[in-house]
Amino acid sequence: MTSVSLKLDGVSKEFNRRLIFRDVSISLQGGDTLAITGRNGSGKSTLVKILCGLLSPTRGTLMYALDGKDIEVDAIKDHIGLVSPYLQMYDEFTGLENLEVLSRIRADRNITGETIAEALKNVGLWDRRNDFVRTYSSGMKQRLKYAFAVLHRPGVLVLDEPTSNLDADGIAMVERCVREQRSHGMLIVATNDADEAIWCSQRVVLGDEKV
Amino acid sequence: MSASSTFALVRKDVHSELRTRYALNALIMFVVVAVATILFALRSDQPTSSVLAGLYWVVVFFTAMSGLSRTFVSEEERGTTMTLQLVATPSTVYFAKLIVNTALTFSLTIAVTVLYMTVFSDSFVIQTMSTFLVTVILGSLGFASASTIIAAIVAKANTRATLYPVLSFPILVVLLMTVMSATTKALDGEPFEGALGDFQILAGYILAMTGGSYLLFEYVWKE
Amino acid sequence: MKAVKFGSVILITFVLISGLAIPISSNPQGWLEFPNIPGLEEKARNILYHVPIAWTTVVAFLVGTFYGFRYLKTKNIDDDIKSVSAAGLGFMFCLLATITGAIWAKFNWGSFWNWDPRETSIFVLLLIYGAYFALRSALETEEKRASLSAVYSIIAGITVPFFIFVMPRIMSGLHPGAKGDPDGSGPVVQLKMSPNMLVIFLLGLVGFTLFFIWLFNLRVRLARLEYQRSVQHP
Repeated sequence: MTSVSLKLDGVSKEFNRRLIFRDVSISLQGGDTLAITGRNGSGKSTLVKILCGLLSPTRGTLMYALDGKDIEVDAIKDHIGLVSPYLQMYDEFTGLENLEVLSRIRADRNITGETIAEALKNVGLWDRRNDFVRTYSSGMKQRLKYAFAVLHRPGVLVLDEPTSNLDADGIAMVERCVREQRSHGMLIVATNDADEAIWCSQRVVLGDEKV
Repeated sequence: MSASSTFALVRKDVHSELRTRYALNALIMFVVVAVATILFALRSDQPTSSVLAGLYWVVVFFTAMSGLSRTFVSEEERGTTMTLQLVATPSTVYFAKLIVNTALTFSLTIAVTVLYMTVFSDSFVIQTMSTFLVTVILGSLGFASASTIIAAIVAKANTRATLYPVLSFPILVVLLMTVMSATTKALDGEPFEGALGDFQILAGYILAMTGGSYLLFEYVWKE
Repeated sequence: MKAVKFGSVILITFVLISGLAIPISSNPQGWLEFPNIPGLEEKARNILYHVPIAWTTVVAFLVGTFYGFRYLKTKNIDDDIKSVSAAGLGFMFCLLATITGAIWAKFNWGSFWNWDPRETSIFVLLLIYGAYFALRSALETEEKRASLSAVYSIIAGITVPFFIFVMPRIMSGLHPGAKGDPDGSGPVVQLKMSPNMLVIFLLGLVGFTLFFIWLFNLRVRLARLEYQRSVQHP
C-alpha cells in the first residue's frame, strides 16, 4: 500500500472576484484524518475539488507526494476515492456496468470481477446490480458512489456530505467504509454534521473570518 | 493517455448512445427533414453538380451541429463530468470524444449519400468513387477535429443549442469550401489527381485542428 | 504613449492629405505626381487607406490571440482585459476594412460584394468576432469566460493561415495575388507602386498601427478602471 502525503499552502479561491475562502494551509500524512467544516457556502465542496486536483486554486499551492516522492497533482487522481453530490454515475448503465466501465477507463488492472462483486456486496447493492441506475433511489445511488470510491483501495478517501440520502443501514455502511479507510490510508470528510466530524482527528473550519 | 482507456471510453460512449439514442434519433430525423425540404424546393429541377455538392454538405453541417455537441453536453447535464475527470486524463477524454464524433459524422455522411443517391438518382451520380470516399473520410475527420473542442467549450456555456453552430461555422468555413470543391470534382468525374490539392488542404486542416485542440483541451475540460 | 499618440495623428493626417491631394498623371514627373494604374485610375488612392486598415485588423487579431494565450499561461485577469480590448478594436477595424473595401469594390468591380477570397476571409473574421462576443456573454464566471474565450480565439487563429495562404490559391479572386490571371490581363489588377506612393503607403501602415496602439492603450486603461470599480462596488 502506497502512503500519500499532502500539503496545502496558503490556498485561496475566488469565483467572479468573490472570495470563497482564504489562506487555507493543511499538511497531512499517511493515516491522518481531517474534517472540513463550515457553514453553507463557505467553500467546503470547492476545497474538496481543489484537494482532488479537479480545480486549481486562485492563490497558493497544492502538493502531493507518494511514498515521499512529489508527484503531479494530475497523477494523484488514481489514488483518490471521492464521494460527492457533484459526482454522478451513468443512468443508462446498471450498477455493475458502471463499476466495470469506469475501472476499464481508469485502466486499473488490479480490479477484477471479484473486487467489483465484493464492493457491491459491501454497499448492499449486489441484489440490484443488474438494474439500471436510473431506477435506483437517491440512497442507492449514494451507495453506488461508495462502491466506486473505494473500489481501487485509494490512498485518500474524500467524502463530501457523506451520509446524504442514506438510511440508518446506509450510515452504518459509511462507518464501515470509514473504519476500513482509517486502517490503511488518509480520510478527508467535508460535513456540517458533528456526528460525522468526530470520525476525524484534525479539523479545518472554513468561513470563520469576516470576509 | 493510454490506448486502452481511450478505447474503453469510446466503447462506453457507443454503448451509451445505442441505449439512450440521444443523438442518433435526432440526427436521423434531422437528415430526413432537411433532405425533404430540399426536395420540396427543387421539385423537378435538375440541379448542377456544384449545387448538389453544396446541398450535400449543408445537410451534413446542420445535422452535425444538432448532434455532435451531445458528446460533452450529456456528460455536463448528467453531472458525470467530474466522474470522468477522476478516471481519465484530459487527452484520453479528448481523443475518445474525437473518435466518437468522427464515427458519428462518418455514418452521417453515409446516410446522406445513400439518401441523395436514391432521391437524386439522375443527378447525384458519383463518377470518381475514390475521390468521393477520400473526401468523405477526410471531411468527417475534419468536421470532428474542429467541432469536438467547440462542443467542449459550448458544454460549459448556458445557451448551448444556439451557440454551437455560431461558434463552429467560422472555424469550419475552410473545411466546407474544400470538401464542396472536392465533392463537385467527384460528381463531375474529374480524375483522382485533380482533387489532390484539396486533400492536402484537408490533411493540413485536420493536423492543425487536432494538434491545437489537443494542446488546449485541458484548459476547457478542467475547471 | 504621447509620442505614439502624436505620431499616429500626424502620420494619418499626412497620409490622408497627401493621398488625396497628389495628382495622378499618366506621365508622372518627380515626387509630386502618382502614376496612373490602368483599371484603377483615381480609385487607386483608396489603397493608402483600405490596406493599412486591413493590416491593422490583422495586427489587432494577433494581439488579442496573443494575450488570450498569455492568460491561459498566467491566469492573470489583466491579460484577459488586454485580450478583449484588442478584440473590440479588431472588430472595429474589421468593419472599417469591410466598408472601405465594399465601396472600392462597387466602383472597381461593379458590386459591393463578390465573394472573392479576401472578401470571404474578412466576412469569416467578422463572424469569428461575433461568435467570440456571443461566447463571452454566455459564460457566467469570469475565469471561465476568460479561459474559454481565449481557447476559442486561438482555435480561430489556427484557421487564419488557411484563409491567407490557402484560399486565394483554390478560389479565383479579384484581389492582387489571387488565382485567375497570373499575367495581370484580367480583372485582377497588378499593383506596382511608384516610390512616392510606396513611401506614403508605408507611412500609412505605421500611422494606423500607432493609432491602434494608442487606442489599445486607452481601452485597456478604461477597462482596468471599470474592473476596479466593479471590484469595489460589485
